[in-house]
Amino acid sequence: MNNLNLPSYLEQEPDVRARFKKIRQRPVILEVQHLGKVFPGADGDIVALHDILFNIHRREFICVIGASGCGKSTLIRILAGLDYPTSGQVLLDNQEVKGPSPDRGMVFQGYTLFPWLTIKKNIMFGLKMTNHGNNYAEEQALQWIDLVGLSNFANAYPHELSGGMKQRVAIARALANRPRILLMDEPFGALDAQTRSQMQAYLLQIWRNVDITILFITHDLDEAVYLADRIVVLGTHPGHIQEIIEVSVPRPRNPDQFLTPQFLATKKRLEELIHPPEKNRHEDLPMIRLTQAGDEVI
Amino acid sequence: MNTRKHWFAIRKDLSGQRSWLLGLCSFLLPLCIWSLVSYTPWIWHPMVRISDPGGVAYFQKDMLVDREIFNKENAFMREGGESEARGEPANPIYLPAPHQVVQAFITAFQTAPIRRNDPWLHQSILHSITVIFYGFTLSAILGVPLGILCGTFAFFTRIIEPFIDFIRYMPAPAFGALMVAFLGIADAPKVAIIFIGTFFQMVLVVGNTTRLLDKSLLEAAQTLGATSKKLIFHVIVPGILPNLYRDMRILLGWAWTYLIVAELIGASSGISWFINQQAKYRNYDNVFAAIVMIGIIGLTTDQILRFIGHYLFPWERRN
Repeated sequence: MNNLNLPSYLEQEPDVRARFKKIRQRPVILEVQHLGKVFPGADGDIVALHDILFNIHRREFICVIGASGCGKSTLIRILAGLDYPTSGQVLLDNQEVKGPSPDRGMVFQGYTLFPWLTIKKNIMFGLKMTNHGNNYAEEQALQWIDLVGLSNFANAYPHELSGGMKQRVAIARALANRPRILLMDEPFGALDAQTRSQMQAYLLQIWRNVDITILFITHDLDEAVYLADRIVVLGTHPGHIQEIIEVSVPRPRNPDQFLTPQFLATKKRLEELIHPPEKNRHEDLPMIRLTQAGDEVI
Repeated sequence: MNTRKHWFAIRKDLSGQRSWLLGLCSFLLPLCIWSLVSYTPWIWHPMVRISDPGGVAYFQKDMLVDREIFNKENAFMREGGESEARGEPANPIYLPAPHQVVQAFITAFQTAPIRRNDPWLHQSILHSITVIFYGFTLSAILGVPLGILCGTFAFFTRIIEPFIDFIRYMPAPAFGALMVAFLGIADAPKVAIIFIGTFFQMVLVVGNTTRLLDKSLLEAAQTLGATSKKLIFHVIVPGILPNLYRDMRILLGWAWTYLIVAELIGASSGISWFINQQAKYRNYDNVFAAIVMIGIIGLTTDQILRFIGHYLFPWERRN
């Protein structure tokens, strides 16, 4: 990638620049204000997150990326209200987040569908919990099942579905509650490469068709660049924001853009931030050779 | 394909046909061993059944004597020139042959009890089942909710489980005398023993099963708007139900083992009473028949429950 003559990742075409201007004018939905999280440990406290600060605008698609151990899961758990910050606060529509609530839907890596409920009832679950009537819940559920393309599986149980289908149900289940923001914690991490790129396309389509703001956690650079408007890049020890990148790849996105200069430039920048070359040097394998057979072709 | 490898592949399933065959063998093999010991005169048979007493004064026809004594007496007879006793090798009376037990199985139901007021066998069995039913139901009504509370709230774990851990090491039968003092000699103390034997285990087992429920299901439910009470009734309870059902099946087996002790407390009754009574009369074939019957009742109930579970929890059917 270094031999390519790439533009700066900061360079934006006029229409892309205009898009970002419009996004910034939209109302802020989620404010993350100086968030910090410290876990008490046996050998002193461990700082998982340090002074995390960013805003998300309405219908924006934000990816959070970082190497393992950068606290990205901790961050999304705090946003969901499943964990509490030790400093700072999270505001959703100017209200402080104080625990889990259906206005912040969540999709987990491990699917977390209720195995004892059919697909339809899984999607109805949230509506029933928020005291909607059975008829309304069922009607809504069927609509969401159609939207994620699983009409033939309404009465199937989760274990009868493939990983990708399960994750589509999980998305529909979260969206059925009409949340203000959808939090996704490495949702495609357990899927094979092909299903994964299919799911990315599905997600972009759903995002276009539904009034929803998305915060998406991943450690896959391509995924982040392909999906996001802005990418929040976290660094490790302690988890902190290295940079917030505006992705200069125009929308609508499609897989052909993976090799465009803007895409590669953004990806290269992410690479530099997340895997700086000096960090990897000490991990070289020692040079121990056990054979010379067939060396002429190696 | 190597057949041998197929039968003994590590952690691989066998074909349905082979599984059935082996299941059948697991019953046939012990039966074969029992038959071998019973019907082959040169295997074991430490006794002799006298067919002709000969000159031995105290021998009688059909009497069972140790082979050693038989040989010694016959040696005396040979010395004195009298006619020797004759007999066939036999097993002790406490090991009846399979066919005798099968016979006893049928006749035990048809034979009137020796004393007129004593119960028939089927009445004894029914009585045992009633005691188990009350003891186990009572313990489930209290134990299951308490176990779920323990598995859900750390508060209940801390305040309940240490004491239960302490009590569960006390063998239930040790409470027998106390229960008779509290509850009299009728069925109440027996129900109490079954209760004591299963309740404390049940709280701990159910508590554990509840704790094993995938925590992320609870978190997912919370992000969907479920509050505490709804979490318990819409996630925890349905989530643990299949495992809870399996726990209950195992604990029901425990109840049967406590039954035998329970029935000997106070006025003895039920199938254990029948077993003891028959042992007193040295009707060991009836004793075996009754023990086998407990096994059959237990296995049948368990299989029926398993079958019902298959339909109750369709999402668990993948295994």
